Amino acid sequence: MTVAIDRATGKRRGERTPRPGPLTRLKHTYQKYWYAYAMIAPVALVLGVLVLYPLVYGFYLSLTDADSLNSARTIGVNRIEATYTFIGLDNYADILWGDTAYDRFWSHFIWTIVWTAACVTLHYVIGLGLALLLNQRIRGRTLYRLVLVLPWAVPTFVTVFGWRFMLADTGLINSALDALHLPTPLWLEDTFWQRFAAIMVNTWCGVPFMMLSLLGGLQSIDTSLYEAAEMDGASAWQRFRFVTLPGLRSVSSTVVLLGVIWTFNQFAIIFLLFGGTAPDADILVTWAYYLGFGQQPRDFAQSAAYGMLLLSVLVVFTAFYRRWLNRDEPQLAN
Amino acid sequence: MSTTTRLTSSAADQAPSTAAPRKARRRGEQSPGARLATHGVLVVASLIALFPVAWLVFLSLGPDKDDYLHPGRIFGKMTLDNYVFVLQETRFFDWLTSTLVVSLGTTVIGVLVAATTGYAVSRMRFPGYKKFMWVLLMTQMFPIAVLIVPMYQILSELQLIDSYLGLVLVYCSTAVPYCAWLLKGYFDTIPFEIDEAGRVDGLTPFGTFARLILPLAKPGLAVAAFYSFITAFGEVAFASTFMLSDTKYTFAVGLQSFVSEHDAQRQYMAATAVLVAVPVSAFFYLVQKNLVTGLTAGGTKG
Repeated sequence: MTVAIDRATGKRRGERTPRPGPLTRLKHTYQKYWYAYAMIAPVALVLGVLVLYPLVYGFYLSLTDADSLNSARTIGVNRIEATYTFIGLDNYADILWGDTAYDRFWSHFIWTIVWTAACVTLHYVIGLGLALLLNQRIRGRTLYRLVLVLPWAVPTFVTVFGWRFMLADTGLINSALDALHLPTPLWLEDTFWQRFAAIMVNTWCGVPFMMLSLLGGLQSIDTSLYEAAEMDGASAWQRFRFVTLPGLRSVSSTVVLLGVIWTFNQFAIIFLLFGGTAPDADILVTWAYYLGFGQQPRDFAQSAAYGMLLLSVLVVFTAFYRRWLNRDEPQLAN
Repeated sequence: MSTTTRLTSSAADQAPSTAAPRKARRRGEQSPGARLATHGVLVVASLIALFPVAWLVFLSLGPDKDDYLHPGRIFGKMTLDNYVFVLQETRFFDWLTSTLVVSLGTTVIGVLVAATTGYAVSRMRFPGYKKFMWVLLMTQMFPIAVLIVPMYQILSELQLIDSYLGLVLVYCSTAVPYCAWLLKGYFDTIPFEIDEAGRVDGLTPFGTFARLILPLAKPGLAVAAFYSFITAFGEVAFASTFMLSDTKYTFAVGLQSFVSEHDAQRQYMAATAVLVAVPVSAFFYLVQKNLVTGLTAGGTKG
């Protein structure tokens, strides 16, 4: 079988028709694919207007000194024109190596990295563990699955309130710790414990997604592979290491990448858990939001510059991640 | 479907192979000890998953504002008064209406658009489709901090600030990329012979899509719908920035305004939170049957 078959269209790729000229090809492409473009047009339009244009505009803002005092705004019937000016890369220079750059940027940056690494690791490990347990023939599996997915089913802003009640100074968790004669940290005031609490809550919220994705991945692994491994005398650990993990590879690579992106940009949990009262526990996203909307005057330019820095960190990470994944496989996801 | 797939595939890797068993066990069957451990871990995990939610429900029954600090007192005086208050005295139903309008609008528009996109990318190798998928993934990376100011200005140019449509469009821009990826993976698993059969029988590309592929892709669509709904339902930052009049607040915003309005009266907050969790959990359990199958398809093909 040397005839390549296009997986999706089923067309045989061969030299059956002579290659037409460029113009005819273009016309041909259009005639053949016009409905494909028509199907994509709505997304392209919405994303173009609501994501790409704001991105370009945000990039422009990050090169200015715009804040809420010099932007165009309407007070009553009076319209005040924008008076901010173009200042080039000054915002970036100020953020990265200005006077108090460590307090304003680098401390948040380091904490964001720690936060992302810790959360994604915990999500993945716990999610995988639970998925392995749920992938067995056990009684009540459906019930377990339904309950375990609950943190994902209930909206974040509801569950975070539940956690706030529990983490309050004399709330349930501290009462329980007190009863056990353990130290009772100030979960919502002390920086270290704020960070600890944030990771804990985010782990609780994020595990179900990983669990379900990995459970799906486990079910798609061919059972005969396990049988073959068993016949060859592989131990449980070896079967896990050489059958399960490689079988999960494509699911894992996708969910880990999504997990990193989502955790890195996780806004709701930290914002709702501390409500802007904990600048030291702010990751870069919530910190940028604070600069742009949580203080007076609102500093749109710095906020946008932070946003661009965040984006570039993610883009660089994704590029390396893809290269690392592709080291022995031609493509991750086309 | 998910139940049957799971039943047939068992993971033998959990079965302990140490200590040769006295009586022969079938593959995938466990020793009683291992089974007990499995159940133990799952029960503990379930309790952890369940507890914060259950605790919120419990606290919502306490009538006084400091009851959350003294949960023991609630037992003696459980009451549904908080719920009565929230339903009668607050803007609960306004919030419910706007949340449902926005969430269902996002679900319908989002899934429709994501389905056509996913189908186009899955079936037709038109020039630029690979780049297009990466652009979709890239949009997931844009932090709200950089988008929210320009978005606000564009929406106000379009007269869409404080309107449901504006918020729905914004949510679509966050939900559609992931859904399109997921559905593309799902469509990839549907044999393309089905498309060809449809075309041979004289259906247009759109007809093939609507009448043959969509019905087959129901599990995938369910996951996409669920994801869109949850995204729209739980989103905080955009909703609190773009919705100005308090009759149009979604729950995520309304709950916050509620906190500052009744400063320390957390019992109402808890009651509202419970009432909010009800519709979304109901929706969730409607689609959960298809969840695993749909996610797999999305995950494996990425």
